[in-house]
Amino acid sequence: MATLTLSGIRKSFGATQVLHGIDLDVADGEMIVVVGASGCGKSTLLRIVAGLETPTAGSVLIDGRDVTRLEPADRDIAMVFQNYALYPHMSVFDNMAYGLRIRGMPTAEIRKRVADAAEMLEIAQLLDRKPRQLSGGQRQRVAMGRAVVREPKLFLFDEPLSNLDAKLRVQMRAEIRRLQKRLGVTSLFVTHDQVEAMTLGDRLVVMHQGRAAQVAAPMEVWGTPADTYVAGFIGSPAMNFLSAALSDGGRAASLKAGPTLPFADGPRAAADGTPLTIGIRPEHVEHRPEAADAIPLSVDLVEPLGSETVIHGHLPGGESLVARLPLAAGAIGDVLPVGLPPAEWHVFGTEGSRLPARQGVAAAASR
Amino acid sequence: MLMRDTTAQDLALARATERRQSRSRWLAHAVLALGVLVFAFPIWVTIVGSSHDASTIGRGDMPLWFGGEAVANYVSAWVSGGTARRTTGGLPAWLMLWNSLNMAVLIAVGKIAISLLSAYAVVFFSFPGRMVCFWLIFITLMLPVEVRIIPTFEVMVNLQLTNTMTGLVVPLIASATATLLFRQFFLTIPDEYVEAAKIDGAGPLRFFKDVVLPLSVTNIAALFVILFIYGWNQYLWPLLIVTDKDLTTVVVGITKMIGNGDAQNEWNIIMATSVLALLPPVAVVIFMQRWFVKGLTETEK
Ligand SMILES: Nc1ncnc2c1ncn2[C@@H]1O[C@H](COP(=O)(O)OP(=O)(O)O)[C@@H](O)[C@H]1O
Ligand SMILES: [Mg+2]
Repeated sequence: MATLTLSGIRKSFGATQVLHGIDLDVADGEMIVVVGASGCGKSTLLRIVAGLETPTAGSVLIDGRDVTRLEPADRDIAMVFQNYALYPHMSVFDNMAYGLRIRGMPTAEIRKRVADAAEMLEIAQLLDRKPRQLSGGQRQRVAMGRAVVREPKLFLFDEPLSNLDAKLRVQMRAEIRRLQKRLGVTSLFVTHDQVEAMTLGDRLVVMHQGRAAQVAAPMEVWGTPADTYVAGFIGSPAMNFLSAALSDGGRAASLKAGPTLPFADGPRAAADGTPLTIGIRPEHVEHRPEAADAIPLSVDLVEPLGSETVIHGHLPGGESLVARLPLAAGAIGDVLPVGLPPAEWHVFGTEGSRLPARQGVAAAASR
Repeated sequence: MLMRDTTAQDLALARATERRQSRSRWLAHAVLALGVLVFAFPIWVTIVGSSHDASTIGRGDMPLWFGGEAVANYVSAWVSGGTARRTTGGLPAWLMLWNSLNMAVLIAVGKIAISLLSAYAVVFFSFPGRMVCFWLIFITLMLPVEVRIIPTFEVMVNLQLTNTMTGLVVPLIASATATLLFRQFFLTIPDEYVEAAKIDGAGPLRFFKDVVLPLSVTNIAALFVILFIYGWNQYLWPLLIVTDKDLTTVVVGITKMIGNGDAQNEWNIIMATSVLALLPPVAVVIFMQRWFVKGLTETEK
């Protein structure tokens, strides 16, 4: 068990900079999920923590000890690879025991550790098999077992579930979560799958082009995304973005799609006419047949999902909007009256970063 | 009705295809049989010839069936290299075979060991001049022993390695073929194994021993067969570097038994020795065949 501190991690491969200064503090026993689109530098970050890459600048501290220049083996970590990297000619037992043998651990102790881990992961009956005789899910468990027997300070996972089929993935996800909680080992988990991230992490690091766009608990990332990238990345179907301009002395947004609506949480500190992006999640779009202030949504595509219906359409002015409505409402070509409740808005400024309500004024307004 | 028609048509078609196929298969077999005949006939003549007495072949006969002298010929070839000591130099086959075996095994093992290590260095380590090293190794491919035979001979003379097993074997070991093959194979070993091993704490030699070597077993076996036969069949270099009779290899020895001055060639003994010389490579191929085919066709993931 240990803490992990990353400060100012930068990495360049030749002329291309992949990581632009990542700072992160991981508490003892915490599960941090690094999530982001493919190519944003997640694996590179993980490999720097593992010691498989050396950062161009910055330092890695495990339990307060600077390990930036140490070999992977001297960092007391364990890593689970995407394709498991089980040695094909060794049995499951040998795969799990290999690292322990190299450390010169007594045979009896190795046996005990492997047996314990195998039992915990329900692979005890597979110990004599070769990796090629295992299914994908079983290989995954063996790879986990190889990490567990080390009793490391840090677990590192690089997209360990992405080679599994959907059902197994959900199952292994829950199992990894359970195992990590039970062992209490500080963990860094890399994935491009936002559902995996939301369900696994104590906190998320949403990465975008080599930067940490937001570091926060899953529900906080979902509820108050730091910028339009995070807002669009987390949540499915993705958040709608509508262009607008600040008006009414910062108290309202005048939408390109038509109406000018007042903010629910108070005025913004910027000049009127400042361009804004209003984000609203599909599940927050309301169907309002009777309302006079409803905006007409022309339906382009209807996806009935049983309990709800996902409507793809466009607003006056041409911006597209996705709505998740509870009932089968509308058909292609229909015009649905919808409401965009300001209480559910995410307001982003020109740079795409969150534009919060002015402090104090909101309080004054609510008084 | 319609259905019956189509089935009948299909059947006819299938039969026609089958006929065509069987005809082409017959042709293929005929060609193969001819090939086997062409290759096998000289060997047959040799084996048959080794069972007659010296005068039968000496008269110019070419017997196609066995005579009764097989045991006597083979014993004579094995123990003393024939009765006419002048012609063969009195070299018993067992000695020449032993020399050849030594040379072939040393060449095969040496080449495999050297090329495993150099390929390992070139693939898994990044050091300054890595590509230069690789190209230097590669260039030796274009300089087989025959091309550099005079300077190599000179070097061996200066090192006083003529008439030694070392002098015989070492120049034949230094070449790049096997290095290239191992390099290609090592490049297919996923980086993740290297990284997993680093995290497991395995150093370079340990990784080589525990992971790379076991994964290369089939390739090594396949190469051993090829290199053993390559070594066994060496002629020019052993002929030059070895003048000492005790180090004569069988391929060189057999040619020395032929047409040596005024004495009659003992064809029966020569043929018996030839047959004996065939056996070790054949044994290696048969023994290693399973591995050999596996090594050439199978890439283990
Ligand atoms: N060894 C390397 N040499 C050069 N470029 C690399 C290397 N490793 C990764 N990259 C580049 O760094 C970027 C981030 O890679 P990676 O960390 O693997 O992304 P992710 O895991 O988020 O998909 C990619 O553009 C990739 O091409
Ligand atoms: Mg990756």
